Amino acid sequence: MVGIVSYGFYVPKYRIKTEEIAKVWGKNPEDVKKSLMIEEKAVAGIDEDSLTMAFESASSALSTVNVDRSKIKIVLFGSETHPYAVNPASTILAEFLGIEKNYLAYDTEFACKAATGALISAQALIKSGYSDYALITASDKGMGKTHDILEYTAASGSVSFLLGKDDLILEILDFESFSSDTPDFWRREGIRYPSHGGRFTGKPSYFYHIESAAKSLFKKTDLSPKDFAFAIFHMPNGKFPVQVANSLGFSFSQIKDSLTVNYLGNSYTASALMGLMAVLEKAKPGDLIFLCSYGSGAGADSFVLRVTKNLSEKRRKDFTKVIKDKKYIDYPTYLKFMEMI
Amino acid sequence: MISLIGYYTTQFGELWDKSLFDLVIEAINGVLKQTRLSNKQIDAVFFGNMLAGVLENNLHSPSKIAEILKVNIPIFRAEAACASGGAAFNLAKTYLEANSNKNILVVGAEKMTDYSPEETITGLSAASSGEEQEAGLTFPGLYGMMANYYLEKYHYVEENLAYVSVKNHYHGSLNSKAHFRKKISIEDVLSSPYVAFPLKVLDSSPISDGASAVILTNDHNMIKKQKYSAVVMASELVTDTISLKERKQIDEILATKNAANIAFKKAKITRGDIGVAEVHDCFSIAEILAMEDLGFWKKGDGGKRIKELTTMYGNGGSLIVNTSGGLKAAGHPVGATGIKQIGEIFLQLTNQAEKRQVKNAKYGLAHNVGGSGGTAVVTILAV
Repeated sequence: MVGIVSYGFYVPKYRIKTEEIAKVWGKNPEDVKKSLMIEEKAVAGIDEDSLTMAFESASSALSTVNVDRSKIKIVLFGSETHPYAVNPASTILAEFLGIEKNYLAYDTEFACKAATGALISAQALIKSGYSDYALITASDKGMGKTHDILEYTAASGSVSFLLGKDDLILEILDFESFSSDTPDFWRREGIRYPSHGGRFTGKPSYFYHIESAAKSLFKKTDLSPKDFAFAIFHMPNGKFPVQVANSLGFSFSQIKDSLTVNYLGNSYTASALMGLMAVLEKAKPGDLIFLCSYGSGAGADSFVLRVTKNLSEKRRKDFTKVIKDKKYIDYPTYLKFMEMI
Repeated sequence: MISLIGYYTTQFGELWDKSLFDLVIEAINGVLKQTRLSNKQIDAVFFGNMLAGVLENNLHSPSKIAEILKVNIPIFRAEAACASGGAAFNLAKTYLEANSNKNILVVGAEKMTDYSPEETITGLSAASSGEEQEAGLTFPGLYGMMANYYLEKYHYVEENLAYVSVKNHYHGSLNSKAHFRKKISIEDVLSSPYVAFPLKVLDSSPISDGASAVILTNDHNMIKKQKYSAVVMASELVTDTISLKERKQIDEILATKNAANIAFKKAKITRGDIGVAEVHDCFSIAEILAMEDLGFWKKGDGGKRIKELTTMYGNGGSLIVNTSGGLKAAGHPVGATGIKQIGEIFLQLTNQAEKRQVKNAKYGLAHNVGGSGGTAVVTILAV
């Protein structure tokens, strides 16, 4: 069995409230909050980027287990805000983590599901015997154009996993992937801000792919929503995950713990995985967790995860407490941190 | 005698999996099937469309329709902004007046949601004057000025306008082809965000995709063979200044007034004879102005009359307005709108309007406006 040996996350301490952005544009903050179900979002500082945040979450993942780093022969870095267009972030990350040089590294890109795709590849490489461990990182300093709806949602954050075969805290029981050529959200080379198709990002994109990846996995595993203790979906806003959970037959109580978007925003590749961070604080041994990421362009990766008895207090991370350490910033500071001014 | 013998409309809405001509094909095939006509029995086609040239560089649409229909007949494109459908219909009727025993296909279509809102809005502002565009006036801005002036002059408030949207959304809930099927309340309208004061999101019609088609004929044998038919009593197109600033009054649309007066005169009927009407409610204020300019309500009374909701289906009124849901709820694929309005009147007069069927209507009126009133088409049908 391949699964997750340890995990780590990083949420920058800065937050901007929806009100702060809405008042700049003359919008009623209550309308925006009602529409997006986002109270505030996490913002990386001016000296942070996807790589520095990845280092934080990966260091955290490696800190709770005693693993010979030479056995980590796979380092994959999923992001849609890699610091370089050409020059891998995965090698910089590995170098700073002290992982030996005999490893396979690459950066992955598939909008917000770049890291779950990497996770699928890595677990297969472990199963094949290529490596005992793999380090997978999701990290983004998500950016939206000013006055675009993304400005309220695009957030910063990172999640890392150490995958392995033994001493697992979370088993990957099965997975499915569903993809198509659906241009709902994109950013061309050299263009700073992403573009999107408005409501087109919903029904034919997010909902179609997640529902398809989920149903396909239910069929494959002969499981149904009632079998899961928790469900987690990609969170471009606060509404979509609730709606897709409902349409698939999950109750609100199954997803409520995962809705980190309400207070952290959408950290792109780390979005659904951040939901898993919140859930792992509460999950008990034997619990089945359903996770489904979504990447524009478009595709969805669905997973059935099972919590093992190894998820002891020592290996479980404080999530609620850590994210309480925060500092609010105003709109000009936000623009400065995002290097927009 | 010119009769309308068949109508078909596609679903209106955000139809991302369909192109402009996918919609045109569906509408053409739908209306041909309904009238049991073959492509070879069509003698000419009039196509109403505004934005294909601007948004997708497709201007030679008549030839594309010839390719679709596999015919080599006269085909014309009519463009009059949001009145493109009404203008196509008007031209088709005029064509029949000059040619006997012909069957004419009239199609209106628009594909608007595959483009960014900025691109579509820029395309739509091609319907306003160059000076208005340079001043940054959009259509919500123009109609907002008209609404503001009307509310001030006749001492009404935004709530008076909101009744239009509540009524039309209720009608939309009864129309399976409508873009919006959800009923809304006065509070919903009043609490929706402003687009251009005093108009809010729920005072405004949406950007939609859709295509609608009708068949007109002056072949008596053809009319006899058909299950349904309605007589075209009048179709009048009147133009006026493109710029709002050049109008003597901005609380009325003169083109509508003149077109209605001529149409009623030609049809030899009175306003009281009309049982159903589709009026151009691109914004809530537009329906109130239309009801006054068409002569159904006295100038300045509209704000009060709409609150009585006598024009709402099910309230027992003698004139029911915008049973399709209007532009507000049925949607507004610009080129299709004028045809859909006439088609809705046809459905009502021939008892095919299902859940929203108005009883015993013998005469119906369709009112289609281009721009802020630069073109108006008024059509009267009878059974």
